[in-house]
Amino acid sequence: MIEFRGLEKAFGAKVVLRGVSLTVRDGETMVIIGGSGTGKSVTIKHVVGLLEPDAGTVAVDGQVVSELRRRELTALRATVGYVFQFAALFDSMTIADNVAFGLRRSGAMSEEQIRERVTESLRLVEMAGTERTMPAELSGGMRKRVGLARAIALRPKYLLYDEPTTGLDPVTSAVIDELMIRTREALGVTSIVITHDMRSAYRVGDRIAMLYEGRIRQEGTVAEIQQSTDPIVRQFIEGRPSVHAEDVAAPGAPDAVPAAEGSQP
Amino acid sequence: MLAALGRRSVGITELFGHLGHFVADTLRAVPDVRTWGRQLFPMMRRIGVDSLPIALFIAAFTGIVLALLASYTVTAAVPLYFVGALVGKTTMLELGPVLTGLALAGRVGANIAAELGSMRVTEQVDALETLAYDPHAYLVLPRVMAGTLMFPIIVAFAMATAIFMGWVAATTLLPITTAEFLRGLRLFYVPFDVTFGLIKSASFGFVITMIGCFLGLNTRGGAEGVGDATTRTVVYSAEMILVLDAYWAITLLRP
Repeated sequence: MIEFRGLEKAFGAKVVLRGVSLTVRDGETMVIIGGSGTGKSVTIKHVVGLLEPDAGTVAVDGQVVSELRRRELTALRATVGYVFQFAALFDSMTIADNVAFGLRRSGAMSEEQIRERVTESLRLVEMAGTERTMPAELSGGMRKRVGLARAIALRPKYLLYDEPTTGLDPVTSAVIDELMIRTREALGVTSIVITHDMRSAYRVGDRIAMLYEGRIRQEGTVAEIQQSTDPIVRQFIEGRPSVHAEDVAAPGAPDAVPAAEGSQP
Repeated sequence: MLAALGRRSVGITELFGHLGHFVADTLRAVPDVRTWGRQLFPMMRRIGVDSLPIALFIAAFTGIVLALLASYTVTAAVPLYFVGALVGKTTMLELGPVLTGLALAGRVGANIAAELGSMRVTEQVDALETLAYDPHAYLVLPRVMAGTLMFPIIVAFAMATAIFMGWVAATTLLPITTAEFLRGLRLFYVPFDVTFGLIKSASFGFVITMIGCFLGLNTRGGAEGVGDATTRTVVYSAEMILVLDAYWAITLLRP
């Protein structure tokens, strides 16, 4: 279980998180939605100790991350897979070496076992046969899949996805969503997915939490979020430019988008 | 103006505080031999062996110029074999380590800052950490150790090259024989000259690589941040080389 309690974080004068409290239960996929720059990535970076909170805590299986010693933090990180927004593959290494990188760190597996695990992980994300390829030779979607393979190679208990479908075409996004669902089913991981892609959120999430102005505005099941009456939540999930539905310019109004030629009655 | 001065002082104090933390974190990574050990030899090749051509190039021309400057400076009252003494002494004590250090501040320091800065802004350093690697053990320690160990070796080669080219210039362009040049070279030579030059160059290797790693890993922003870290590494390294040069002279050469 991952628990955020009153998490606060500022960078200089810019306050990003103002008391985020959220519980992610074992086995579920929690999707955190919110506009760009609302601190979604900042929130999950606290889970693996990439950032230290100014106030509040993040606890993973009861261990408060910011209070862990270096060795304990290393042990915790070995149980958490992190899929970065732009994959963050090591560009001087082949795909196989990227996926094997974390496995070599533990020293618990032979090279033969590592090779097998790399092949298996790449097959799981439908990237088998790319072992000798360099990251620069792959498309954005393929890099994200390799990023996922690298994260799951360690067989983590938790998976954190930072905007896994951002910048991808709808078909590739659907493939990534499918992979996330399949990974959860195959490995039984608990996941946090950061996204502002609502189609993806509905598809992969068990529960959804919306981050707004540094706090959790609403959390609930997918159905509860879809039926939310909160105007801020509705604006976001419907992708409206204004909080109030009536503010959306009616066809023919001065601010309305002109209709396509030939569609006039 | 007083407020600006205060802010600047606080900024500098903070920078040294962060640098102190950074060095302490690097020292704490020393027991993690399994991580940095595998990186050390490739780094020694990259930082050391690959830097030899530029170091030797600079040393060769320095040697030629030194021989000619020495002959130009000595008057009829001073025997011409003093050219050998001047070439040897200045190369071993000062120009070998300092010129090589300044050149490598550009080549090695800038390379480290740009590489680690790019890794930082593309989240590769974060990825390292999430895969349970300590960036100080994997990235910093091998570079700093390679710099500290390899700089004296590069400088030793540079000293030899400068003296050799000084001899070539003296015997071909000046009315000096090999025997006279060697006589001058041996005249004021003490083994400590070489030791002094090598101690200095080890300290230059340490600070250049440490500054490159520190500024590289603390890069913020995108390409502009990487460029800024690279430039600052070269400037700070050059400044630190001159400060250390004075420090070692005061500490080890004062009678």
